[in-house]
Amino acid sequence: MKSPDFSYVRATSLDEALAMLADSEDAVILAGGQSLVAALNLRLQAPELVIDINHIPGLDRIELAEGKLRIGPLVRHAQLMASAEAARALPLIAQALPHVAHPAIRNRGTTCGSLAYGDPAAEMPACAVALDATLVLASRDGTREVPARDFYDGLYETRRAPHEMLIEARFPAAPEGARAMFAELAVRRGDFASLGLAGQLHLDAGAIAAFDLVAFASEPAPHLLTGVAELALGQRPDARLAADLAQAVAEAVDPLESPLATPAMRRRQYRALAERCLRDAMELADA
Amino acid sequence: MTELANSGIGAPLPREGARRLAEGRGRYVDDITLPGLLHIAFVRAPFAHGRLLGIETDDALEVPGVVAVIDGRRLAEICAPFDTNPPGVPGHASAPQPPLVVDESCFQGEAVAAVVAESRAAAEDGAELVFLDWDELPAVCSIEDAQAEDAAPVHTRFSDNLSLRHRFGAEDVSEAFHGAAHVVEADFSFGRQTGVTLEPRGIVAHWDPRTEELEVWQSHQVPWQMREVYARQLGLSPQSVRVTAPDVGGAFGLKLHAYADELAAVAVSRLLGRPVKYIVDRLESFTADAHAREARASCRMAVDAEGHILGIDAVVDAGFGAYAMHPRGSFGEAMQAAQMIGAPYRVGAFRAEVRGWRQNKAPSGAYRGVGQPIACAITEEMIDLASRAADIDPAEMRRINYRRTLDEGTRATQAGLVVEELSLDACLDKLLEAMDYTALRSEQAALRAKGIYRGIGLASFVELTGVGAGLYGPLGLTVAANEACRLTLQPDGSLTCATSVTDQGQGTLSAIAQLIAGEFGIAPEGVRMVAGDTGRTPYGGGAWASRGMALGGEAAKRACARLRDGLLELAAGILQCEPEALRFEQGEIIGPKGASGLDLAELAALCHYRPYDSPTGQVPPMTVEESFVPAALPYIASNGVHAVHLEVDPELGTVDLLGYWVVDDCGTVVNPLLVDEQLRGGIVQGIGAALYEECLYSEDGQFTNGTLADYVVPMAGEMPDIFVEHVSTPTRATGLGARGVGEAGTVGGLGAVRTALGDALVPTGARVSQQPFTPGRVLAAIMAAEDAE
Repeated sequence: MKSPDFSYVRATSLDEALAMLADSEDAVILAGGQSLVAALNLRLQAPELVIDINHIPGLDRIELAEGKLRIGPLVRHAQLMASAEAARALPLIAQALPHVAHPAIRNRGTTCGSLAYGDPAAEMPACAVALDATLVLASRDGTREVPARDFYDGLYETRRAPHEMLIEARFPAAPEGARAMFAELAVRRGDFASLGLAGQLHLDAGAIAAFDLVAFASEPAPHLLTGVAELALGQRPDARLAADLAQAVAEAVDPLESPLATPAMRRRQYRALAERCLRDAMELADA
Repeated sequence: MTELANSGIGAPLPREGARRLAEGRGRYVDDITLPGLLHIAFVRAPFAHGRLLGIETDDALEVPGVVAVIDGRRLAEICAPFDTNPPGVPGHASAPQPPLVVDESCFQGEAVAAVVAESRAAAEDGAELVFLDWDELPAVCSIEDAQAEDAAPVHTRFSDNLSLRHRFGAEDVSEAFHGAAHVVEADFSFGRQTGVTLEPRGIVAHWDPRTEELEVWQSHQVPWQMREVYARQLGLSPQSVRVTAPDVGGAFGLKLHAYADELAAVAVSRLLGRPVKYIVDRLESFTADAHAREARASCRMAVDAEGHILGIDAVVDAGFGAYAMHPRGSFGEAMQAAQMIGAPYRVGAFRAEVRGWRQNKAPSGAYRGVGQPIACAITEEMIDLASRAADIDPAEMRRINYRRTLDEGTRATQAGLVVEELSLDACLDKLLEAMDYTALRSEQAALRAKGIYRGIGLASFVELTGVGAGLYGPLGLTVAANEACRLTLQPDGSLTCATSVTDQGQGTLSAIAQLIAGEFGIAPEGVRMVAGDTGRTPYGGGAWASRGMALGGEAAKRACARLRDGLLELAAGILQCEPEALRFEQGEIIGPKGASGLDLAELAALCHYRPYDSPTGQVPPMTVEESFVPAALPYIASNGVHAVHLEVDPELGTVDLLGYWVVDDCGTVVNPLLVDEQLRGGIVQGIGAALYEECLYSEDGQFTNGTLADYVVPMAGEMPDIFVEHVSTPTRATGLGARGVGEAGTVGGLGAVRTALGDALVPTGARVSQQPFTPGRVLAAIMAAEDAE
């Protein structure tokens, strides 16, 4: 478990990092390294160049302005978890972060790294899709913005080009009274989930005014359940609605066949998890 | 008396040495370096079964730092293959296993070539450039496939895959079942596991061509065994081999074996005349460490209307993997899995047949509990099924069937077990009280009405501990099964204990020091322990079968008695009294008139520096050695009862552990802190077997979950509080009275989770036969039961 040889550069500025990324055919960004370093040591990845961005100043900022929370590329999961401002602005993220691996991993792993990597079992991409976040990609040629809802194509497949780096994740702050919905099924706390739900609902005058729910981990990429949202919008929350929506979730998901569970089993688990997290969110809304 | 209790037997002393290890100051094999040290990375077989046609090494040899690439043919010139067919096990058949594949490989991950380089990284770079030319052969992986009439052979030297067949008990038990009030029957499937030590296996081998001596440092449980294995395989005198086990980070049985890759590392050093290091990486650990537990079983039990067990009839099919592990074979788990069925109970008629099957998978070997967890799980679930059939409370069902001891005039049970007096009734009483069994049962009933499925499971066990020569000798296994203590009184009055017992994190050495200190009434810091080094310790076993205190403690106690007797006789001469009137207290000799002014330091100084001051002109030996092996018994049986409280989520299939209780009888408890943590650690591994751990192979024999993200071990967050209590019945086989405890947690843990899960699922009509009980398997069983309605 020794990685193959690679060149290593400790970048001192974002421009330098982006230039090297552009000049190399086969470079990777090292931020938290919680996925990359393991992949290197297992020789699953053998890049020519590793560009370490950990020493670039200013990349670890969390900023709330104009109703948007901006997360820089060196913000660690633990740092985001500790931010009261982020927790207020993004209750879903606050609820999901404790499910991201274990403290030691959260201390190093970055939120943007997780978003860029696109592991189907990861919580952060699902939250970004649910909350309609914007991902800012930079290259030597400039920056572009991609909605998280367009970013994930499949298993570890994203719209990021090889010469681009995710330099910011921008989340719309939750409206007053928004309720987070989060639940996942993992064998042990902190394990990769086998299935999960991440979302947010918002009541206006007692009726559901906004509803975004994403299924993840059981499919190649986060799955925004738009059909379920249509059923929810305008409805008054009650136990019956929670049950109906949970059933709709179970029907809308498209779990991959796996040696661990048939799709029928996954749907049953989804129904139960959905009903529980919907009821939680609705009871909070009732209060 | 109180001072003695604070430092000697029974004192909950913190473990000496724990701080050093916790602070990272341990010295493990990988911390050892020697001038000119080379590193090995192995090229391993990519297929489950194949014929090696050729090895291309030119590109690898060009990698900077690579010194040599050595294949199986080259090693075969200087090193014999393992031949693991103990003469005392009739019909046992295992193919010879060379250190590196010569022409046929039988499991994915078998070592094929050793790339030797200046660094491990360079060796791995080289290994990537070794090209192997193969003919892939048909692979047989599951037990069912291995059993099939037309199964391809796992090794082409055999025509079928049956490696062992044996029967315990009667040939025919049908009469016991005929006319029984209730007959219950069930199938079982136990997943393949591996030990997952925190520190992986590792070895440094140094053949010194000048002295023609081989020195080996190895992360291992039994250095004396390894000394003999290396000498035998390489044609050396055991006297020219020294094996040292430095600090070892967990072993659990998997470091009891001799491994082909480690033998290859030793042979490479012999070939090159240079020191070499090989540290197993985590992926290699999963594919090439000994596996364990894979078994399928079916069992029938007959009971009368009052619940008495009239008969047990069982068949166990065990998955052995490609080779028998050297030198003790792979049959132990299968044999104990069958023989120990029903062990805690009086059983009218008994029959258990066991068959061991070769498979194109990693060899199976010892893992904490060795077969006994399987036997316990089968027995306990059968008891539950019978108690439901007879409508008797499961706790009561156990009580009325418990074996107290062997019946008058019998030497062994029908299964051939030799057990001393047991204390299962007393353990069960304490357990039911501790868990408040009656209250839990009422709560369970109330919650079931609300659709909440909680289960209460019990598992009683009898365990064979401190296994000695009485078992290994007749099998024809040449392994030392005694444990020895060489005790020295140093000139400054401190004591040195060199013991054959080894410690992989249990704290056994600390407990032996405590025992010795107690014998002289001194602080444990006054006893220096030396262990794990054939150059410095007396000949003996090491660590397996829960023997450290049961056998090694007894040897130490006997050595203390001899040293003390000599010193007291000397003191009696000086003090002009009878030795019987003297005793040690806080290192000082107390006589009829109180403190004598003589202490260990004074006596030591006299013996070492002024022997002429002895009234007789003689001084007792300052070093004594005692070796102990149970002579009257093949092993020392212990017993206990476990209980689990859990909740099943019928929609998710998840299992939450709510509570765990164990009452164990390991006889005399030397250090309750260490004993309790041995039980807890063992229980956690039992829970791992029940809920999480499984080595998953694809149909064509590829290991599919070889990382710790995929092979799931229990972690603290999911573990319940574990309540530990004791009943103490000192064994009569020794003066110390300690029985083994290292495996007791694992032996009962699996069965207790199994019975609790079965109990929780009663309202659903579902039963999960296959272990581990993953959410998928639990949910599938529930959904199948719903469909059947």
